[in-house]
Amino acid sequence: MAERCAVIGVGQTKCASKRLDVSVAGLVREAALRALDDAGLTFADIDAVVIGKAPDMFEGVMMPELYLAPALGAVGKPMLRVHTAGSVGGSTALVAAHLVTAGIHQRVLTVAFEKQSDSDAMWALSVPQPFAAPLLAGAGGYFAPIIRAYMRRSGAPDHVGMKVAVKDRLHALKNPYAHLHLPDISMKVVEDSVVIWDPLHYLESCPSSDGAAAMVLGSEQAAAASQAATGRRPAWVHGMAMRSEPTMFAGRDQVNPQAGRDCAADVYRQAGVTKPRADFDCAEVYVPFSWYEPMWLENLGFCEEGQGWRLTDEGATSMDGGDIPWNCSGGVLSSNPIGASGMLRFLEVALQVRGEAGEHQVDGVRRALGQAYGGGSQFFAMWVLGTEKP
Amino acid sequence: MADRPGSDQVTTLDTPIRLDYHFSAGAAATPYLRGLAEGKFVGQRCPVCRKVYIPPRGSCPTDGVATEGAEVLADKGTVTTYCVVNVPFAGQSIEIPYICAQVLLDGADISFMSLIQEIPADQVRMGLRVEAVWVPPEERGPTLASVEYFRPNGEPDADYDSYKAYL
Repeated sequence: MAERCAVIGVGQTKCASKRLDVSVAGLVREAALRALDDAGLTFADIDAVVIGKAPDMFEGVMMPELYLAPALGAVGKPMLRVHTAGSVGGSTALVAAHLVTAGIHQRVLTVAFEKQSDSDAMWALSVPQPFAAPLLAGAGGYFAPIIRAYMRRSGAPDHVGMKVAVKDRLHALKNPYAHLHLPDISMKVVEDSVVIWDPLHYLESCPSSDGAAAMVLGSEQAAAASQAATGRRPAWVHGMAMRSEPTMFAGRDQVNPQAGRDCAADVYRQAGVTKPRADFDCAEVYVPFSWYEPMWLENLGFCEEGQGWRLTDEGATSMDGGDIPWNCSGGVLSSNPIGASGMLRFLEVALQVRGEAGEHQVDGVRRALGQAYGGGSQFFAMWVLGTEKP
Repeated sequence: MADRPGSDQVTTLDTPIRLDYHFSAGAAATPYLRGLAEGKFVGQRCPVCRKVYIPPRGSCPTDGVATEGAEVLADKGTVTTYCVVNVPFAGQSIEIPYICAQVLLDGADISFMSLIQEIPADQVRMGLRVEAVWVPPEERGPTLASVEYFRPNGEPDADYDSYKAYL
């Protein structure tokens, strides 16, 4: 990285099933104005806007970034759209950060959103293809067989997924922006919910949400100015990486994809992380279906392959006494505005590093990992943020 | 629809959109689709790694070269993994619950998603040996709809080691 880059403002909307009071433009503007306010800035201070969302079919509006420029103060400024399926919120933040580290811009606004109530993502993910059987049934139908393969490979007991489902919903109770607030959540409640994609229960799956996330990323100079104006400290980017791989190839490890392992190795090298479980104080990781927590614990090197479920089962990832809390915000299991879900992971680690996560703040966070994945686990985006200047 | 109480302002409206398109099969998918019309699974082989792809997409993602030939595969194989779909959604064409499995045809190096029937959902398992049930010859066409579904073929389950590299 040539220039330093920091998160100097964050904003998000309360996730909900249907935000009927706003259009997509209103939704993204709400998040953007909150991020600007947090940074002590206005649209006039922004040099460029980088926006991301998941496939356009999810709302049925092609290239929505074109009509969103006025709502985001981007008229007459560079505006860029990023698209990497569900990981897009993470990739979008990384593209914005690169514009700062490359020394091109001082202050970049980055925004990601999904308004699932405008269309039907389940339908959009299940459109029959001419060369395949019409069996696709949303993201859960795609990932459930991979989860079954993980369970067979690792020998994990059946209840581990339900533990994640409970843990992340308990975390969500501390986050006012989370979509699902389920105070009565328990193993029994999850177990009693319908098995919709066997082996997955309904409550082991993410909700469909409307929501937007925004951040202002700034140079060293911009960070100093914002801190002087607002008193809020920046969260410094210590490393960032993206990787992808084909969705289908002979010999592909779908449970523990190479692209994810390579992405983690790259971002850890940049940030000087050698023992992720010890070196990070918390992590926000894209877990849309419960079993992806133990699977990503292994993919991200928090433990040996085949051992992820033990960490989950022992409570290591819980805010309630765990040594490496994962998804203190409630994670994707509690809020899933798809295009924004990756950015929420990145934004939540910024909140943790800045000490501004409120009730779900982990004490004394110095360094944290944000991860997003997308498509058929073929896109990965990660960043490491820290309190110290890199 | 007027969403805000006390307001007659229209805030949302449903606009169903239909899109018809022509699918150009190309050099790799053409023999595959013609094979389906004849009740055969036809894949292609990578000339470098020798892996057999079905359905063939025209190139090997690992070696970045065109796949070649017309490999006629058995119409039986192994369930490597599966899920039971029990969620209704718009546009669904199969009655729930149904078994959606990854079937690795004998001789292929990649599995594809298939419907499994003629077995109760709670008896499906990884390693189950299955065979294709084709629609009657006069109803077959250049589409995977020529395969009605797969069903158990009575062979003993495949050993986990024989398919674990395909998960």
